[in-house]
Order: sequence, then structure tokens, then C-alpha cells
Amino acid sequence: MNASGRWRAIGVNALLVVLAAFSLFPLLWMASVSFMHPGEASTLPPPFLPKSATLANYRELFERAGMGRYLVNSLLVATAITLFSLVLNLAAGYAFAKLHFAGRDRLFRTLLTALVIPAQVAMIPLFLVMKWLGLVNNYGGVVVPAMATVFGIFLVRQYARTIPDELLEAARIDGAGEWRIFATIVLPLLKPIVVTLAIFTFLASWNDFMWPLIVLSDQVWQTAPVALAGLAREHVQDNELMMAGSVVTVLPVLALFLALQRYYLEGLLLGSVKG
Amino acid sequence: MNERRAAWTFVAPALVVIGAFFLVPVVAAFALSLTDFDLYALADLRNLRVVWLGNYIDILRTPLFWKSLGNTFYFVLAGVPLSIAVSLGAALLLDSKLARFKDFFRTALFAPVVTTVVAVAVIWRYLFHTRYGLINFALAKFGIAPIDWLGDPHWSMPAIILFAVWKNFGYNMIILLAALQGIPRDLYEAAHIDGASLVQRLRHITLPMLRPALLLVAIITVSGYFQLFAEPYVMTQGNPLQSTVSVLYFMYDEGFTWWSLGRASAIAFLLFALILAATLLLLRWGRRGEAA
Repeated sequence: MNASGRWRAIGVNALLVVLAAFSLFPLLWMASVSFMHPGEASTLPPPFLPKSATLANYRELFERAGMGRYLVNSLLVATAITLFSLVLNLAAGYAFAKLHFAGRDRLFRTLLTALVIPAQVAMIPLFLVMKWLGLVNNYGGVVVPAMATVFGIFLVRQYARTIPDELLEAARIDGAGEWRIFATIVLPLLKPIVVTLAIFTFLASWNDFMWPLIVLSDQVWQTAPVALAGLAREHVQDNELMMAGSVVTVLPVLALFLALQRYYLEGLLLGSVKG
Repeated sequence: MNERRAAWTFVAPALVVIGAFFLVPVVAAFALSLTDFDLYALADLRNLRVVWLGNYIDILRTPLFWKSLGNTFYFVLAGVPLSIAVSLGAALLLDSKLARFKDFFRTALFAPVVTTVVAVAVIWRYLFHTRYGLINFALAKFGIAPIDWLGDPHWSMPAIILFAVWKNFGYNMIILLAALQGIPRDLYEAAHIDGASLVQRLRHITLPMLRPALLLVAIITVSGYFQLFAEPYVMTQGNPLQSTVSVLYFMYDEGFTWWSLGRASAIAFLLFALILAATLLLLRWGRRGEAA
């Protein structure tokens, strides 16, 4: 490599280091401050590491602020949404890709058109529906409307189209019913997209804010982000406590993403570039 | 025949959920926007009256609506180009043959995307702290006087834009990176042999080839940024001097603080119309580019 090439390589990598620092620094600092003693972060110059690490903020967070309950709420809600929407979206996405029925393509195009409508347009009537169903301040209020999504169906359909028709025809000739074909032949083939859809749905449900804020006003039912936003308004000065709250809210999704990153990024590309 | 009947049992559950909890509410929202649905109607439906376009006219006469619209446009017009520029820069760097540890960098740059908005907004609120925040601390090293980021109406929106760029640029970066990797290498090699410089290659090969991906990224980002809500809700509560009240924040307040559900529905539809118009405009711009 010549001299100008080497300088260029150094430049590219230096810029990447700067961008990575920009991305990671707030997260690392959050973790560091969460272990500081109350008030320690409100000194000058701002300390980068705790003088002596303490778990006091986490203790306060779980014992006094009830964060454990909110995390359990989030876990239950996100898990339920993920399971239900997997079943419904997989079945529908597969049918739109591979089964023949009247009006299939027109119906699917109609669904895709609905993607341009922002979710917030539906929120106000949806709130009234949930109130009427008795699902306000109830896990159901968050879970039920999220049990199927156009995006999920679209994702599964894109993937299911690669399944060869001969495979399904052979099973039909053998006399297998459609649901049996789905369970024994199709599902194993869809495995990668199942993982992708699962992690996508789980992260989106966990991170969701506006709808849970509306439908879960009662503290007992609140998910972690909603509770954290409430805490942030109360504890404007308790930075160390708030950072601990952010750590426990972000850590589960960050860990899940790191573990299943490949599937997540594939889903992102499948859902957008080819769309 | 059997297949046809079975097909409906596959799609029906999902269609029922999407229909009952999304499509019907969207239609109902339009109907609701033509009424004066409020706390009294919530208690007893007999108090409900149809006001036709009354809510829309009323909203267009409300100064806070125009304020929130201005704030939202500020966020979109400054935030979207900045976000896409950072995404494109990051994607070009990651696509470079010279870059090392690509997997690590890609993961690091993408990490903010999967974090919870509320949680990281709490971090940034602290980073922006006038006295103890690290941003002012760093600026002081360059001799810049402390900025009251979240307390000064001139700086509150730039602060939120900076946060949004940090949070979101990784998403578009992945899409643009995939598009970059799809550009045939021999195009660059031919240009290289012809003696084209780095900037010339970028302008005459990379950017034209990226056009479809850039259009897609622009549409996703514009419609996402029009839906600004959680960031001001956590960081500024719409303050100072309502400088960070977004259209959606205004809708939330009208609907769920004041329980003017009819008015709130009308705001939601105005926002929808805005997003639709912006998307169509971008699509037209994209198509015109293709023809050229």
C-alpha cells in the first residue's frame, strides 16, 4: 500500500472510531453513572467513573420505585404480543404467499396501502373500544390490538414465496390437510423468518411508548418505558437513580439484539429494501 | 376448493384483528373528528353532537396548533437531512475496503436504534444538563459558554434533533449499506481506470446508484419524524415556551389530558394528511429523477 492509501485507511478508521464513540458513549456513561452514589454525578468536573461502585440506586429502584413490577409487566406484554402475532402473522403471511383464494392479491394490496396510515390515527377510537371491552388498565389493552400486523404478514409473505409449490402439491396428493401441511412442512422452512419476526416484535413491543402510555394509566399495569417516563418527571434531579432505571429498561432489548443480531438486520432489510 | 376454504381460516384471525383494531378505528376516527366528543359524551353518549368541520376550523384557529406544526416542520426539515447525511456517511465508511473490524463498528453504530426511546431520552436529558451535563463540559474545553439546551427555546429543538440523529441514524445506515454493497464493483474499477477521483466516483456512480434506496430512506424517515412524541414528552414536556410541542404532542394533550376526543381525532387526520402529502411529494421527486 502506498503512503496516500495508508493515510486514507487511517482516516476511514479514525472516522469510524469517532462515530462509534458517539453511538456508544451515552450508553456506557449511563451504565457508569448508575453505579455512582446519589449526588455524585452532579459535581464538577463530571466524573466518568464512580469513585466506589454502589448498587444503592438499583436497590432504591426495585424496593421503593417498584421497577420490578414494571419490568415484569413489560416482559409479559411483550412475550404475549410476540407469541400471538407469530401465530397470526405466520398463518396469514403464508396463505397470502402460497394458498389460492378469490381476491387474494387485491386484499393484500389493500393491506399494504393501510401501511401509510400512521398508527396514531386509530388510537382515539381504539381507546374507546378498549374502554368498552374493559381492557383499559389491563394487559389486554396493549396485547389485543398488536396480535397481528400488516408488516408482519408482509415479512412472512416475502419469505414464504420461496417455498416450492411442488412440495405442497406432493403433500396434498398424499392427502395431508392444509393446516397439517403448514405445521409439518411449511413451519420448519420458515424458521429463520420466525426468529426474525419474533425478535422484531418483541423489541418493538418492549420499546413501545405512546399507546401503552394512553391505555395503561394506572401504575400497577404500566410497562417499564411508561413507568420510567413518569419517574423521570418526578425525579428530575436524581440522575444516578434515573440512569439505573434506564439501564434495566434498555439492557434486556440490547442483550436480545446482540444475541440475535443477524436475524434482526435481515428482517430490517427484508421489510424495507425489497418492499 | 378445500384449499380455498382452508386459506380463509389462515388469514381470517389476522384480518379480524387488523380490521377491528386498526381499520375500523381509522374510519371511526374520521367520524369522531366530525363530532364534539368530550368528557360529557364519554359519560353519556346523548351529549354527543355532530359539528361537521367545526373541529377542523377550530384547530386551524388555535395558535398552539400552528406553533406545534412549525415545531414539527423544524424537526423534520432539519432532522431528516441531518439523519440521512450521517447515515450515508456511516454507510460509506462501513462499505470502504479500508475499514477494519466492520462487524464491530456496524453493531456499535446500530446499537442506539434498538434502545428504548424513553430510556435513552433520559440519558440525553442529563447529557444536556446546563451545569453538570457532559455536552456543556466538552464545549467549555473549546471556550464555549454553557448553553441552556433544554431551557432555552432557541436550543431545545436543536437538542432534540441531535438526540434523534443519534438514536436513528443506524437504521438508514443498514439500508444504505446494503444498497452500496449491491453496486457492481466493475463500475468503480472502470471509473478508476478512467482516472476518476474519489469525489467524481461518489457523484457519478455511488449517488445515482443509491437513488432508490435514498428515496426509500427519505420516505421512512420523513413519516417517522412527523410522528415526534416521546422525545419531547420525556426531555422537555413540550417546553420551554412550547418550543417542542409537536403535532402529535398537541393531539395527545387535547385527547388524553383534556379529553377532547373529537378535536384530537381531527388533529390526527390533519397529521395523516400531512404525512401523505409529504410521501407523495417525495415519490414524485423520485420518479422525476428516474426519468432524467
